Amino acid sequence: MERLPRWADVALVPLISLLLAAIIAALVILAIGQDPWEAITVMVQGSVMNAYGWGYTLYYATSFMFTGLAVTVAFHAGLFNIGGEGQAQLGGLGVALCCLFLPWPHWSLALIGATFAGAAFGAAWAAVPAYLQAKRGSHIVITTIMFNYIASAFLIFMLVDVLRPDGQMDPATANFPEATHLPTLNEIPGLNLIFTSGVPANVTLFIALAMAVVVWALLWRTRLGYAIRAYGKSEPAARYAGISPFGIIMVAMMISGGLAGMMAINNVMGEAERLLGNSASGAGFIGIAVALMGRNHPVGVVLAALLFGFLFQGGAELGLWTKIPIEMRTVVQGLVILFTGALDMMVRMLLTWIFNLFRAGRMAKGAA
Amino acid sequence: MADARYAIELKGISKSFGPVQANKDIHIAVPKGTIHGIIGENGAGKSTLMSILYGFYRADSGEIFINGKATTIPDSQSAIRAGIGMVFQHFKLVQNFTVLENVVLGAEEGALLAGSLAKARKVLTDLSREYELDVDPDAVIEDLSVGHQQRVEILKALYRQADILILDEPTGVLTPAEADHLFRILKGLRDQGKTIILITHKLREIMETTDNVSVMRRGTMVDTVKTAETSPEQLAELMVGRKVLLEVEKKPALLGRTVLKVEDLRVVDEHGVERLKGVSFEIRSGEILGIAGVAGNGQSELLEALGGIARATGKVTLNGADLPLSGKGADGRSRRAAGIAHVPEDRQALGLIMDFTAWENVAFGYHDAPEYQKNSLFMDNDALRADTERKMATFDVRPPIPTLAAKSFSGGNQQKIVVAREIERNPDLLLVGQPTRGVDIGAIEFIHKQIVALRDQGKAILLVSVELDEIRSLSDRIAVMFDGRIMGFRDPETTDERDLGLMMAGMAGTGEAA
Repeated sequence: MERLPRWADVALVPLISLLLAAIIAALVILAIGQDPWEAITVMVQGSVMNAYGWGYTLYYATSFMFTGLAVTVAFHAGLFNIGGEGQAQLGGLGVALCCLFLPWPHWSLALIGATFAGAAFGAAWAAVPAYLQAKRGSHIVITTIMFNYIASAFLIFMLVDVLRPDGQMDPATANFPEATHLPTLNEIPGLNLIFTSGVPANVTLFIALAMAVVVWALLWRTRLGYAIRAYGKSEPAARYAGISPFGIIMVAMMISGGLAGMMAINNVMGEAERLLGNSASGAGFIGIAVALMGRNHPVGVVLAALLFGFLFQGGAELGLWTKIPIEMRTVVQGLVILFTGALDMMVRMLLTWIFNLFRAGRMAKGAA
Repeated sequence: MADARYAIELKGISKSFGPVQANKDIHIAVPKGTIHGIIGENGAGKSTLMSILYGFYRADSGEIFINGKATTIPDSQSAIRAGIGMVFQHFKLVQNFTVLENVVLGAEEGALLAGSLAKARKVLTDLSREYELDVDPDAVIEDLSVGHQQRVEILKALYRQADILILDEPTGVLTPAEADHLFRILKGLRDQGKTIILITHKLREIMETTDNVSVMRRGTMVDTVKTAETSPEQLAELMVGRKVLLEVEKKPALLGRTVLKVEDLRVVDEHGVERLKGVSFEIRSGEILGIAGVAGNGQSELLEALGGIARATGKVTLNGADLPLSGKGADGRSRRAAGIAHVPEDRQALGLIMDFTAWENVAFGYHDAPEYQKNSLFMDNDALRADTERKMATFDVRPPIPTLAAKSFSGGNQQKIVVAREIERNPDLLLVGQPTRGVDIGAIEFIHKQIVALRDQGKAILLVSVELDEIRSLSDRIAVMFDGRIMGFRDPETTDERDLGLMMAGMAGTGEAA
């Protein structure tokens, strides 16, 4: 069996997968008695056809970039980090504590402090399953899933019993001080010419993009990244080379957890400006799909994060402007994940087969 | 019209995998009742040809005649119906089934087992008697030695009424005595009128066993000759396409101080089984100590313990300094720092990351080396690529493209990358496991020369190999391992194959200790 040319592997396979997902989604919409064409028009109109829509799409995409990169780093070490959700929630706690209890003179300093706080809390949360895997052999998939539930329960306790201001009804922290409010895209000189109305996307977007570059450099330009990738490809070989499995599992998972934790500067600090329950709202899980679809490469992750940002925002628009329930966006996301992740091999085999048909045809012509 | 004197006749068989032509216009005729050898380097197309014959692949063009009849073989069931039996290099036996159950598996008649088992038992007894293939039909496979397991594979084929038996590298896992027994069985089968195709890379086996031999090179059938009218040198030349030195040329050893001293080395595996049961030896500078033995008798554990991969107990000193055998300092990195280089037995699982490029693999184990760093933060990938290009030139790695993935190189070239990486570090002690496994003859010659050159520079070398010829021609001293122990030391000049073979089977040898 011949392999696919690189361009087809990188671009064509995900595109066809997306197309298939879209077709099935259209059938589902038809089945519930709605108009798929209307649905796609509303989704595109509301998410990428104007600056306001982009403001939301980019906001979601920012979160997904962090969690997608988190999954990517762990994946290269051969570890499947499903705990992004919990790590992001703990990151939110770190960001909240940092913003509430430290006197920040300016948002830029607060942003730096909160980034480190979120990363540190996320990393610490990932360190426990990492240690259990490295020392006790407890499977990281199982432990990170369990740690999502523990994180969720722990946050409810913190919000209800510890951080909730007296007299407030809802389980949330007090609003963060004015000095920690991050500029949204419509408040940034230059960008405010494009984004004329208030949008949630904020400066965190640039940190997310910078992190994509950092992750790329880490994995492909440093000794640590080399060791991580080597360990991820073959543990016996890594042992032969003297790369410590314990060290790699710990470091890779803590970097992964740190990236997931950093997500909180986008949603908690940049948007909600206080910590609420379930703050990560599923972004940790979507990071898995983003990394899968992005082929575990930072460039792919950024692009896939944009796609999922579009799905998120477009799906919300569906709920607003059509009779199609907002849950439809979960269906669409599920289909995209199914086709780009689980059924990826199917599409790939199909394409390989088609390519080989063309090749054989060309060869026959050449021979004749 | 095909000739009915031939059991198998292939005419113009071609097979391509994409741009790679694995078989080009192959013609071969195997007379009935003969043992026919097929030799060729790795990637010469032997396996592809046999896979076509056994129905795993379909030829792009060409004709197959079995006993003079044009035949198509779309799958292995058809091959079996045509009377072809195959004994694979890696046995296809169910480990916890009995011999009888394995023989019947896939050839059951009717829904109830009892009938076919009873019938099989009778056939099996007859076959065993007829061909010296004695195996207990009620023994469970996992309790049998490798040699006996192979007999079960042959019985399986005979039970399916195979007239043509194909054996793929059958002696790789056998002791010399077991191999001799196998060849007696094969000659017996031939004398009863069966046709046997023997695929091997060992010239000695071809010379001793076959009636005719076909040589393949780069997908083509170069020549078919009568074995009695050829010589190993001629066959080697046909295989490689140029003159090859089969014997390693080396000067007498100039022994220096003791480099490695091993005392009572023991390794227990993860199941709690003791794999290395107290091994002691010394290697001096300028000496190659060869470890002979059938695979799985503790040689791998010895290399892993010395290479810092497996935990061990005992006492090991390198140049007089203690080497930690467990805990801190007992890892590959510390060993390299101490001056031990290691060409592992399994280059694909340990020595290389197959998905990494050649240049990434050149840094493998040495990615901390100062010459590969740009600054304290980043690696110097350009320097690495340049270094890889240089190593590829020195060690004649083909194709010399540093950005190619390791898996894209042939076995011999993969091994050259590993050997280049380890030897160029100028180690005091080189551990080498199966340096030429799956490596073609041309590259074997080259790798052997490199090992001898390192020895002549006054380095100590521990060589582990299951190829007795390799051990005998390279070593200055031979240690034979059996069941985790060293059975004895021999001087390669004074020992012989029988002596070593006895020790490999766990018995006292006939020779004198060296």
